[in-house]
Amino acid sequence: MSRAQVKIVAVAAVLAAVALIVPHTSSFIILLATRAFAFSILVMSVDLLLGFTGLASLGQAAYLGIGAYLTAILATRYHIGLGGDFWLVLALAMLGAAALAALFGLFAMRASGVYFLMITLALGQCVWGLAYRWNSLTGGDNGINLSQRPRFFGIDLANEVTFFYLVFALFTASLVVLYTLVRSPFGRSLVGIRERELRMKVLGYNTWLHKYLAFIIAGAFGGLSGVLWVHTAGIVSTDAVVLTTSVDALLMAVLGGAGTLVGGVIGAAVVFFIREYLSTLVHWWQYALGGIYVLVILYLPGGLMSIPQRLREWRATSGAAAAKGVVMPAPAGRAG
Amino acid sequence: MNAQFWLIQTFNGLSYGALLFLVGSGLSLIFGVMRIVNLAHGSYFLLGGYVALSVIWSTGSWVLAIPAAAIAIALLGLVMERVFLRPLGFDPLRQVLLTVGFAFLFQQAALDIWTGNPFDIDPPAALSRSIVVGGLHLPVYRIFMIGVALAIGLLLWLTMEKTRLGAAVRATVDDAQMARGVGINTSLISTLIFALGAALAAVGGVIGGAFLGVYPGLDFEMLPIAFAVVIIGGMGSLGGAAIGALIVGLADNFGKALFPEVSYFTLYAPMALILAVRPTGLFGRE
Repeated sequence: MSRAQVKIVAVAAVLAAVALIVPHTSSFIILLATRAFAFSILVMSVDLLLGFTGLASLGQAAYLGIGAYLTAILATRYHIGLGGDFWLVLALAMLGAAALAALFGLFAMRASGVYFLMITLALGQCVWGLAYRWNSLTGGDNGINLSQRPRFFGIDLANEVTFFYLVFALFTASLVVLYTLVRSPFGRSLVGIRERELRMKVLGYNTWLHKYLAFIIAGAFGGLSGVLWVHTAGIVSTDAVVLTTSVDALLMAVLGGAGTLVGGVIGAAVVFFIREYLSTLVHWWQYALGGIYVLVILYLPGGLMSIPQRLREWRATSGAAAAKGVVMPAPAGRAG
Repeated sequence: MNAQFWLIQTFNGLSYGALLFLVGSGLSLIFGVMRIVNLAHGSYFLLGGYVALSVIWSTGSWVLAIPAAAIAIALLGLVMERVFLRPLGFDPLRQVLLTVGFAFLFQQAALDIWTGNPFDIDPPAALSRSIVVGGLHLPVYRIFMIGVALAIGLLLWLTMEKTRLGAAVRATVDDAQMARGVGINTSLISTLIFALGAALAAVGGVIGGAFLGVYPGLDFEMLPIAFAVVIIGGMGSLGGAAIGALIVGLADNFGKALFPEVSYFTLYAPMALILAVRPTGLFGRE
């Protein structure tokens, strides 16, 4: 098996194990895992931009927000999306978020580097500003409560295990779709743009269109994440679209390992574990979180996913040193 | 909506803009010299307010609190820059992420030291009155804010334009490699500017503490507003920060008074538009 195949099998095995074990734990852990998987889809959408296209977005929460607010407003006002039409709402949310990304992308694509970071921050703040102030639509600071989860074809998502499996299935589907995408010629071109945009331009690629499409696809997955997020929490408020949510998504992608997709779920799992579980045990949990961020950024640029490779490298170099023994070979004299 | 409404709102907008100038100019200077997008800048603002509170509680002196907060936060910025940001070299993304990591650490430290309760910084009685000018009641404190911002802005401008140190800073902004070539210690300048930027944010936090308050979460509320100031004016330009602060201060006040439902939208949408049309801001340099 090639190394890529080994990785796929390993990831599939770990995910299958998680899917089998989580339902037998406490309802607290089940909720925690559900939240982490729902948010992971947003983190993977950030990674599509950051890890594969080289664009660091600080406004990805906007798309999560569109998905979440759309779901909540349709459900509470028009009673849409609480039966089999849940899937319709899911599609609508992805389309809505993609449409917003198509609009925002027109602005964002004009900038690169740190300016891209700031323009996405500004665009994200536009959505936050509307959510915060447009009380009649969004409920402002209080947000919108969603009192029930969908029920269709004899499946009741109010059951936490059933809902966990739905979120897990949609997460896995997103992972497969995004993985296929980044391995496709389109995904390869994105990596080419990340490495050197000018060269891709000279080769005749429409780099603007590639980046724009990646931005829209990322937006759509953000919308999907939002639908699951609001049904997990039962409420959507400005917390969903605030700057720190975008920052979280970006940091989780880096923590897990940018350019790995599945690293996003590891980043999300670590952060949710610290923030929601460790915080119930100790008061210094935020030091742990901030400390992990700082250490990973300083010493592990490839994120937690790069640890196995780091270990291999370390073993290889120490093994080579041992084979050489203490006597270093004398440097060869310069010929000529 | 009579003339009085417009005058009062303009005055409020100007004084809020004065506060924003203190926060924005520091952020802009840091970006100009070091190309670092400092996402911990809101934390400096908040921590400045907290340090001032501690000084006031222990000495009772509000006047002493301002320089104390400025020095304390300048030292914090100095350590952060020297020990953590510098070793990363020129890698903007990792530096940005690192400053966020620190913002989280500062948040926790603030909670541990100053609890989660909201506080106000009460200015001395002399500044708490209001005076009547042409039938308008103007709080002396807001006039004081405008005065402080003007004084600091003038001092910064004079330093930048008229002194040898200022010339070295400008040379570093324009071409750091060339500046090093002619014997300017750009490393020292970067550290000094980072500390100065942090100190300016801290002074803003002390002065703003009287009407914004000092509470957990203020850091990430202030951060995007500071970015709006800097982006509209242009990163790395002192004059740009002043104009950006005025625009944001006025837009924020009139937005909230005239179109409350979309008030923040009216603040951030122009910011996105300006970035799209002119990524370096209205007065930024290429």
